[in-house]
Amino acid sequence: MSTVNVYKQRPDAAHAESPLFHAGLHELAGKGKSTAGVVLREKKLLGHLTLRGDGHDAAFAGAVHKITGLELPGALGLVVKGETSLQWLGPDEWLLIVPGGTEFAIEQKLREALVGQHYQAVNVSGGQTIVELSGPKVRELLMKSTSYDVHPRNFPVGKAVGTVFAKSQLVIRHTGEDTWELVVRRSFADYIWLWLQDASAEYGLAIEA
Amino acid sequence: MLNIFCPHCGEQRSEEEFHTAGQAHIPRPLDPSTCTDEEWGEYLFFRDNPRGLHHELWIHAAGCRQYFNVTRDTLSYEIFETYKIGEKPSVTAKAKSAPLTSRTAGAKA
Repeated sequence: MSTVNVYKQRPDAAHAESPLFHAGLHELAGKGKSTAGVVLREKKLLGHLTLRGDGHDAAFAGAVHKITGLELPGALGLVVKGETSLQWLGPDEWLLIVPGGTEFAIEQKLREALVGQHYQAVNVSGGQTIVELSGPKVRELLMKSTSYDVHPRNFPVGKAVGTVFAKSQLVIRHTGEDTWELVVRRSFADYIWLWLQDASAEYGLAIEA
Repeated sequence: MLNIFCPHCGEQRSEEEFHTAGQAHIPRPLDPSTCTDEEWGEYLFFRDNPRGLHHELWIHAAGCRQYFNVTRDTLSYEIFETYKIGEKPSVTAKAKSAPLTSRTAGAKA
């Protein structure tokens, strides 16, 4: 094992609040129109780990594959298997998202598998959250929120880009035909939540718990 | 609005995702303690401000958050190339005239 202290950021007994806790999404669930063009769901309290290392190094890529079961994706790539996903953030940086509660064990396993290598693994679960948008009007919502081209020709399923969004910055992930995910930092979460409500007003917004 | 090619993301992105970080290719003196005040001052504070071709450091702040180099024209804002840190520019002031005339001509046509 390395000499790094690994902390369990969310002890089982503790009460955790997602970045959108204050919005009370569970109380809004089911109150929107059934014909809403945009359906919003917060995938809250998942385990987020950022991994850094040399992706061309077989030892690093192999260790990550052994623990996560996923190959390191190349530029702007996103690979998903069940509830685990691995996303390219930069030439030497990836975002690993795992089911909530497993991040502590997975981080420790990664550290064991990567021992002796030049790498970094950081648990950033508390710092960001995922907002999932689905529905027929999501692409139009994105089109007026970001300057990035979200047409399927340029932004196919399985692509993920960090870009400007509203007057802020976040990561957009295209996970299904009409399904998109936004990786939102905690400090921007309230702003993005207000922006999404305003921007989706003309299409109708429904909240899923 | 400029479209800038990020050599790490491998595609054109809009200008608002980037920030500039000044002149590129400024080597830190290998042994600062033997520098004269003038040499150290030049390294720290003095930058080129050319009219025309310039090599600059940019960062893809909203995307992959990596620094890279841009060769651009400070007069026309035309970007000739972007390349990763550690690579040599293929467009330089000396080699400029031959390849660039054809490229600008092609862009206008």
